[in-house]
Amino acid sequence: MLRENQRRFKFDWVTIILFLLLVGFGYVNILSASHDGEVTSYLNMTELYGKQLVFIGLTFVIIILILSLEAKFYERFSSIIYLAAILLLVGLFIFGKDVNGARSWYGIGSMTIQPSEFAKFATALAVAKYISDLQTNMKTLKDQIRVAAIIFIPALLILLQNDAGSTIVYTAFFFVFYREGLQQIYLIVALSLIVLAVISLKFGIIATTIVAAVALTIRYLVRKKKRASKLQYVLVLFLAIGYGYGVKAFYKHGLQIHQQNRISLWLRLEKDPAKLERMRKSEAYNLIQSEEAISSGGLTGKGFLQGTRTTGKFVPEQETDYIFSTVGEEWGFAGSSIVVFLFVFLIIRILYLAEAQKSQFSRVYGYGVASILFIHFTINIGMVMGLIPTVGIPLPFFSYGGSGLWGFTILLFIFVKLDSNKINEW
Amino acid sequence: MRKLLLLTTVILVGLVFIARLFYLQVYGGYEYDIFEDTAIKKEFTYPKRGYVYDRNGKLLVANQPSYDVMVIPREVEPMTPEDLTEFCNLLKITKEEYNKKLERAKNYSPRLPSPFVPQLSKSDYAVLQEKMRKYAGFYIQKRSLRSYQTTIGANVLGDIGEVNRSIIEKQPYYKLGDLIGKQGVEQSYEEILRGTKGIKFIQKDRFNKSIGPFKEGRFDTLPVPGKDITITIDSDLQAYGELLMQHKRGGIVAIEPNSGEILAMVTGPSYNPNILVGRNRSKNYTKLHYDSIAKPLFDRGLLAQYPPGSPFKVINALIGLQEGVVDEHDTFSCRMGYYYGSRRLTGCHHHRSPVDMNMGIAQSCNAYFVNVYRRIIDKYKDAGDGMNIWANHAKSFGLGDFLNNDLSVGRPGRIPNGDYYDRAYGDNRWGSTYNVSNAIGQGEVEATPIQLANMAAAIGNRGYYYTPHIIKNIEGDTIPSNFTTPKYTSIDRKHFEPVIEGMFDVYNDGTAKSLRVEGIEICGKTGTAENFAIVNGKKTQLTDHSIFVAFAPKDNPKIAIAVFVENGYWGSRFAGRMASLMIEKYIKGSITRTDLENWILTHSLEDEYAKPISDEPFKINGETTLQVIDNYAIKLEDQETLKQ
Ligand SMILES: [Zn+2]
Repeated sequence: MLRENQRRFKFDWVTIILFLLLVGFGYVNILSASHDGEVTSYLNMTELYGKQLVFIGLTFVIIILILSLEAKFYERFSSIIYLAAILLLVGLFIFGKDVNGARSWYGIGSMTIQPSEFAKFATALAVAKYISDLQTNMKTLKDQIRVAAIIFIPALLILLQNDAGSTIVYTAFFFVFYREGLQQIYLIVALSLIVLAVISLKFGIIATTIVAAVALTIRYLVRKKKRASKLQYVLVLFLAIGYGYGVKAFYKHGLQIHQQNRISLWLRLEKDPAKLERMRKSEAYNLIQSEEAISSGGLTGKGFLQGTRTTGKFVPEQETDYIFSTVGEEWGFAGSSIVVFLFVFLIIRILYLAEAQKSQFSRVYGYGVASILFIHFTINIGMVMGLIPTVGIPLPFFSYGGSGLWGFTILLFIFVKLDSNKINEW
Repeated sequence: MRKLLLLTTVILVGLVFIARLFYLQVYGGYEYDIFEDTAIKKEFTYPKRGYVYDRNGKLLVANQPSYDVMVIPREVEPMTPEDLTEFCNLLKITKEEYNKKLERAKNYSPRLPSPFVPQLSKSDYAVLQEKMRKYAGFYIQKRSLRSYQTTIGANVLGDIGEVNRSIIEKQPYYKLGDLIGKQGVEQSYEEILRGTKGIKFIQKDRFNKSIGPFKEGRFDTLPVPGKDITITIDSDLQAYGELLMQHKRGGIVAIEPNSGEILAMVTGPSYNPNILVGRNRSKNYTKLHYDSIAKPLFDRGLLAQYPPGSPFKVINALIGLQEGVVDEHDTFSCRMGYYYGSRRLTGCHHHRSPVDMNMGIAQSCNAYFVNVYRRIIDKYKDAGDGMNIWANHAKSFGLGDFLNNDLSVGRPGRIPNGDYYDRAYGDNRWGSTYNVSNAIGQGEVEATPIQLANMAAAIGNRGYYYTPHIIKNIEGDTIPSNFTTPKYTSIDRKHFEPVIEGMFDVYNDGTAKSLRVEGIEICGKTGTAENFAIVNGKKTQLTDHSIFVAFAPKDNPKIAIAVFVENGYWGSRFAGRMASLMIEKYIKGSITRTDLENWILTHSLEDEYAKPISDEPFKINGETTLQVIDNYAIKLEDQETLKQ
């Protein structure tokens, strides 16, 4: 009995409290975002807030289940869990049901399950398992390709189901690979590609050429010892210019119209007032409504259930992807900042715990958890505030939906379990 | 190092998010204003605007319904060409006008309602109402417009028009499209007549559908109806004054001396108040506004500020008596003017000499009043002190400053004091001979007709006046005590009798002998004012303005009046005749001096007014002939319709 108690207290309560705060505050905002006038019963199952309360209740069952399993279970069965998740994703092509043009759900009675939410932790487990293998060396191209394949398979399946948002989440693993030894050149190239893509679209190829040339010249001058030939630098410059053209061509011809418009809005590429006016009512509508709702919250917000835009449901999808607009309107700068702070604190806490792990599996998995949460947090809130082009992904623990909530809970609590077991590792 | 990448990125993103939130919510964050909140629909209920009655209970201004098409630009959906054509036809506008109006509304605010086509006729409204649902973003708002029960008193009654942006900025009560009193009592009693509009806040959803009262209607208010008012105007007298003023430019102000109530306030030219109601309002208003020659919107009774001429002489007589520098029996000789040494400071006309006070007033002798004026100023060592004392006496008659009344416009007039001349000539470097024109109401002294009427009332009351005002009664309220408290002049009561006798003799055997009215003891004073205009870039003298000031009866006066007729030449010619007729009309109710009436109605000054803009050389005053018109019959018909 004493041993049991000691073990229970080994869970990292900081993480658990942060989780509870986020879920609790998330529920409060879902209640605001989904109520229609009077709230008669919190368990009213015809309303989203009623269902969410049930989802939250079931979450605790899941948590107990996860924590009561042996920590070794997750490492041992990671491959099977990963395979199961892949099978579920594949199964969607046959049994899945279309919602809003994405084939991402299984329908079971009146319930729907979104397997992509569960594929995240499964992939994180598989990546942790592969990297922690003694044979694996992230500096070798062979392992890099293999580990890339682990994330590429679910990402591709999800993309084929027309859920581009969830696909982007898999870029989170870049942080994991980098932590585990991926060469720095990848980071430099990745950053360069992003910067050059933005410059090409916003300022044109000439700007791209200038920026690339200046950057390469600086690098050439700084690196006096291991200087590559000038020819190589010129070659890279031409590659950069070619890439710029490629990005522009892809933007014009490779993207769907709505994706193109989202990028155009984000970079403010569209100057034609008539077209902008049309966009205000289509692609830009959500963003404008969401920014206005947040702005109208002011310093302290309008108060719980007092948001006029939230009550009027002005922001579409305000219970799911745009839930942060409700936080902004009803809780103002004070409440929104607290939410941002809670997320940052949670992610840093997980990073701190991950670095303290004795087993590489636990550390890599913890890193995966932090990275996935980070990508969701950044893209979702960035999008709702207009800093990032519109990408449909949920805000962890906040957005309405059982699959999402359970997916993130499992993701997080497997790590809590692994962390609690670090003493037994020896 | 590798450990730090994600950590620093997380912190960086957190900071960027906080900064963005700060920018959106605090830095750019506006003060929350429910009226700016697009999620809350504001439904206004406009209360009934108060009616206006004249002093005899005759209804002058009532209300009539009007229907405005309003637009919220952001909610407008693109229409099919057929729908657009139909909509434009219903509104009786072209497609170009449609686009222009929509653009203008958008410029004001894409999310707030703007008037699109104001003031539809009842039949247009009936047709449009059924089809309105088809046109998203447009709706019809019912409002109440004024309905004038009379054709007179446009300057008195004023009108209501849409608020402009500067009003909205200063007074947030008003929203675009709201109506506000623009002139006359509509302006000065705006808040009483207007009442308070009621408001309902309704929560909308993003499809612009109402989904219930906002916060259970906690902030909703009921409209408070505007109050009816009774004004002091006698509409019969007002109508008669306007009739007399036909074909002339000028102003008449008549006051009841024992109350300060304004009985009539005429300005000419005037217009029918009904032309400023309805869809033609802005067209008509623009026409009136830009008529810079006849200036129909310039209320001459309140704003025509000129040297008053001879009527001001009686003030000097009163100051002389009060200061003890002259008594009623002192005589002064007049040699066709006043001489200072061998220099003639002012001229005079031919009359008996020497004259005492009574004769001085009755004959309007300039020399007499220059003598009196110089004695007043020279009583003090420093001419500046003398001037200041003189000015304070004059100002106690309500001259030289705003009357602080309830009229929408006014001018202060001018009574110069010692400082005025110290500034002009230097301290102690001038004396009473420098400004003797003040003695005869010329030079720096200036007054408006309403100030002169009030001056006459103060004289008639033997030393006090009530601030002239236009409000007689407010429904369920009292009028400001400022209007019911007498203001005393600095002249003792006993000094008034000789002056009043002089004014009475103006009628008996003085300059207004021909204007006597059987059975009414009128006291009056003629006046003329020289005036100039810029004609072809040159300052040019025009025919003198005709001025007349009077009160009647001599004891316990019932009416005090000032008449001012632009370019009417001498005082008794136009202004004096009109004053006598107004007094008879008011006291007797009918006219016995039909000869005077006939003369006024058949004599026009339009030719006189055409001179300066004719681009031809012209003559003034005694060297011109008067224009006679033959429209007496027509005028009588007008008079009949006015009475109905
Ligand atoms: Zn004389």
